[in-house]
Amino acid sequence: MTSALQPATPAAPAVAAVPGAAGPSRRVERGTLHRLARRPRFFLPLAVVVLLCAMAAVPSAFAGWFGHGDPHRCSLEHSGQGPTSGHPFGFDVQGCDLYSNVVHGARDSLGIGLLTTALTLVVAVVLGSLAGYFGGVTDMVISRLMDVFFGFPMLVGMIVVLETFSVHSILSVSLVLALFSWPVLTRIMRSSVLATRGLDYVTAARELGAGPLRILLRHVIPNAIMPVAVLTSITVGGVITAEASLTFIGVGLSAPAISWGVQLNSAQQYFTVHPGLLLFPALFLSLAVLSFVLLGDCLRDAFDPRLR
Amino acid sequence: MASYVLRRILLMIPVLLGTTFVIYAAVYALPGDPVQALAGPDHVVTPATAAAIKEHYHLGDPFLVQYWHYLTGLLHGDFGIDLANTPVSAIIAASWPVTVKLAVMTWIIEAVAGVGLGYLAALRAGRLPDLAVLGGSSLVLGVPYFITAYVAQIVLGVKLHWFPVSGTDDGWPLSYLVPALCLALLGVPEIARLTRASVLENLGADFVDTATAKGLSRSRVLVRHVLRTSLVPVVSMLGTNLGYLLSGTILIEGIFNLPGLGFQVFQSVQQHDGPTVVGISTLLVLVFLLVNLVVDLLYGVLDPRIRLD
Repeated sequence: MTSALQPATPAAPAVAAVPGAAGPSRRVERGTLHRLARRPRFFLPLAVVVLLCAMAAVPSAFAGWFGHGDPHRCSLEHSGQGPTSGHPFGFDVQGCDLYSNVVHGARDSLGIGLLTTALTLVVAVVLGSLAGYFGGVTDMVISRLMDVFFGFPMLVGMIVVLETFSVHSILSVSLVLALFSWPVLTRIMRSSVLATRGLDYVTAARELGAGPLRILLRHVIPNAIMPVAVLTSITVGGVITAEASLTFIGVGLSAPAISWGVQLNSAQQYFTVHPGLLLFPALFLSLAVLSFVLLGDCLRDAFDPRLR
Repeated sequence: MASYVLRRILLMIPVLLGTTFVIYAAVYALPGDPVQALAGPDHVVTPATAAAIKEHYHLGDPFLVQYWHYLTGLLHGDFGIDLANTPVSAIIAASWPVTVKLAVMTWIIEAVAGVGLGYLAALRAGRLPDLAVLGGSSLVLGVPYFITAYVAQIVLGVKLHWFPVSGTDDGWPLSYLVPALCLALLGVPEIARLTRASVLENLGADFVDTATAKGLSRSRVLVRHVLRTSLVPVVSMLGTNLGYLLSGTILIEGIFNLPGLGFQVFQSVQQHDGPTVVGISTLLVLVFLLVNLVVDLLYGVLDPRIRLD
């Protein structure tokens, strides 16, 4: 176990390489990153992720490539029409330009994906470390709490909670998603901390008189965070799917918001006549999820020594 | 063995209490007017209706007392009454066979395809079948399954007419085939990867060398020794996957119009029918916990090294 954990020492690069996860890049492990950067399996999804993030940050820069690019400038005479010049994806039922709507949809989907993942990561690191390091009653309470949330069919739980919210904003949807997705990462963090806390250098630090907080922050967490950090990108992909599913069945974001889930939801009634309404948001959604998952797979293979 | 089962059942009690509590608290205690929520958000509630709803659901009582009422009702098999005054247990009785048919079919597909592909990939590790399984599983994980379901419905049902588009008119198995396949896409990649990793690990184990040294045939070693032992974590994952599977029925049954439990939740959500959502969710949680208990009991059968006590 000791040898397995040693390559995990520079915890920072994975955090820095994963978009959206804020973390101080202290010491960069040049070798692994350089090896990664030359692999198409790594830089292709990374390029898509960066492009989508740029799209989410400044949608107007992308929306105007073909036409006016205003998602709110609609006229009903174009309702459901196919692609024409200036409108490569055609129009939606309200006669709005579908391309600019799909481009603007990136913000909510990615925003929820990144925010939820950040929230989940914080909870997982804090609770996982506490449960793993202190054990005893703390561990029992946190573990039983995890069992409760594991016991849920997740989507059902999220529907039940979201149904009772009156405001469905990026924040509220992210909070609910985080509420049901923390146990997976927490469990991994807990077992990683369990493996780390018995190592010699932790014992040495304790013998030297370091307090539990200092040991956790300086010695245990930086060395135990790797298995969780490499899952960040995959988690973002999962969260984006979950948000789209929730919005799709009508409990996530709703109509004035522009998101891929909302577009898919409204396409439900019309897709047999206008398949484009379903196709284009679905294409972007799949591309985003696929890129995050592939990127995450690649990072996990590269940085998690246990999977080699 | 008996004491293990008893201990596991006792451990389920706090989890079940916790889950029902969370569901109950979510529906009845979060911000928002419960009377309005129970009456439906678009209804104008007259004072008399409000009083009747309050009386019926014990809304005047403190929250814990309300929860206690719900829990004791639950233990007597009373899942409450929905907004149309139908007992939720009647809705459940009418719709569970559909969900069971769908879930069992999905589970079989997941187990057969997942274990088969993973086993194949492990035996051909590093070569084409392995790379195809690994690449394919990333691809399947990347495309949200409800989108696959819609595309399958359009292509296989609407355009090609190979399968029924929706509903259960064609009976089992024809009506359930495409929905089950789409739902299985959630589990197959993970099960295939786990089987692959598990088989690879066991191929190098000492007991495999022993079996080979005893002169057993290659196929007997692979099936009786490697595969059987490798299935332990896979069976465990099939158990935990049931949670995702039951969640998935909400979307899949909604898309394919199969009138099962998931479809009822889908509809109740859209009609803001709290009691039905809570009742069915509670049932799903209970099923999930029981199935996972059975799965844990299966460990001992699969791996003779594991003794449950």
